[in-house]
Amino acid sequence: MAPFDIGLGHYLTTAAILFTIGILGIFINRKNVIVILMSIELILLAVNINLVAFSMHLGQVAGQVFALMVLTVAAAEAAIGLAILVVYFRNRGTIAVEDINMMRG
Amino acid sequence: METLQQDLLIILPELILALGAMTLLMWGVFRGDGATGELNILTLVLFALVSISVFSGAPEERLAFHGTYIADGFTRVMKLLVLTGAALAVIMSARYIATERLRRFEFPVLIVFATTGMMLMISANDLVVLYIGLELQSLALYVLAAYSRDSVRSTEAGLKYFVLGALSSGLLLYGASLIYGFSGATGFDAIGNAVASGGQNIGLTVGLVFLLAGLAFKISAVPFHMWTPDVYEGAPTPVTAFFAAAPKLAAMALVLRVLIDPLFAIAVQWQQIIVFVSIASILLGSFAAIGQTNIKRLMAYSSIANVGHMLVGLAAGTQEGVQGVIIYLAIYLAMTIGTFVCILAMRRPEGMVEDINDLSGLAQTRPAMAAALLILMFSLAGIPPMAGFFGKFYVYLAAVNAGLWPLAVIGILASVVGAYYYIRIVMIMVNGEPAAPFEQNLGFELRVILFGAALYNLAFILFAAPVIAIAGAAAQALFN
Repeated sequence: MAPFDIGLGHYLTTAAILFTIGILGIFINRKNVIVILMSIELILLAVNINLVAFSMHLGQVAGQVFALMVLTVAAAEAAIGLAILVVYFRNRGTIAVEDINMMRG
Repeated sequence: METLQQDLLIILPELILALGAMTLLMWGVFRGDGATGELNILTLVLFALVSISVFSGAPEERLAFHGTYIADGFTRVMKLLVLTGAALAVIMSARYIATERLRRFEFPVLIVFATTGMMLMISANDLVVLYIGLELQSLALYVLAAYSRDSVRSTEAGLKYFVLGALSSGLLLYGASLIYGFSGATGFDAIGNAVASGGQNIGLTVGLVFLLAGLAFKISAVPFHMWTPDVYEGAPTPVTAFFAAAPKLAAMALVLRVLIDPLFAIAVQWQQIIVFVSIASILLGSFAAIGQTNIKRLMAYSSIANVGHMLVGLAAGTQEGVQGVIIYLAIYLAMTIGTFVCILAMRRPEGMVEDINDLSGLAQTRPAMAAALLILMFSLAGIPPMAGFFGKFYVYLAAVNAGLWPLAVIGILASVVGAYYYIRIVMIMVNGEPAAPFEQNLGFELRVILFGAALYNLAFILFAAPVIAIAGAAAQALFN
């Protein structure tokens, strides 16, 4: 028995911390939209850690399949997000978060 | 034993739609932007084919691909509603795209892709299928919101929608991962069994909260509504009409499926959340809309309030309540599409206008359109005998029968507040000084949609019996 056994709880805690950092990154960040895109990736990867940890714990493969699906969709999502960002930059000449305020009320 | 052929036959509507979408995409690529007109017609043909395929499917429950996909009476009704909304949005977009110089062939193709995602969402019987359907829909919608790519407002709408949509997908996924971990399965049937036998479980509850947060974003319910006004205002008007109609229906179908099918055993827990979300949506939708001058923003708050009213039926957690929600959805579709046709008609020689005061004196300059808009506004306000009244009536009846008196009282009082801003539009139309008249830009097809929607809302009593019967059968299919 190792002195420090890494179990399901540790993985879930790591994932929860990463997830929280991702959420905070979106809401506290006032600088740049790229940072928001990175935060989104962080959230999705936290979910993947969760899924794989549960999958190993439960001894079934469904969670890992789910994680692969999430990875694929995350790639597509990032591509579309960057494309929209490029179009936005062409119109406004800035991607600072505080400048995205043409509409409010 | 189920064979591949049987499975493929069950998902035939989605297959036709997905293959059709790819064919349309290739057609557009080879023919260029000039083919947008023919692509619109082909899209409508495709939707008609898929509708026939959905309609001709057997109404009893059929599972495909090891229970990850479900087709029953509920999915049938919801899919037909979504297809109707998508087809109407395509029809509405044709003329607008030509006049606003947005003639690029991707528009109908993106709508077909989004619709494929919605069909998958409605038929999802597994967390993975739920997620794939949701993302297929969302990714196409992000692009559609930013479709007018030279407009600052449209691209800003797309960017906001993307960031908040991706965040909500993350929340939903985190919830899905917890539900998977604590129930040991991704299939809804297995989750249902685990939830029913497992009883109280904190992990499942947390997962449920995250999953509901993600879904609340998709139906634009408070506290995840903040994207709605900006996206509605910024996106091109036919896209907004599409957003207001089809994705809301699909997401609401998904909420109903997830809460009633696998998570019904912990109804006590989600009921509290739904009651809170419902009250908050109705109040915010009713009060925040009062100060709006942009009619698209106003419709955004109106849709938030409408979603709140729908959730009242779900909060009841009974078959009667779900029936009410489906009736409400069928009515909401007609009200929203009709109103957006009117917004499309608000065009002066200098361009599109969106201010409520531009409707001033419409009763004198365009009496027929004003009459139709008047019916739609009264219907949205829920004044009998318009359709909107019956939509609210059935959900609140279910809530009262389920003993949710406080919710019903708050909801009905707030809907009186909501009536104020609908009637204000009518007042401006009827009593205002006539503003410069709009261009006569409504084509034949838009007039048919507008007056069809107005007639449906006005004479709903005539159509009520079949609509209620169909909704009842669909709700029963969901509960079995």
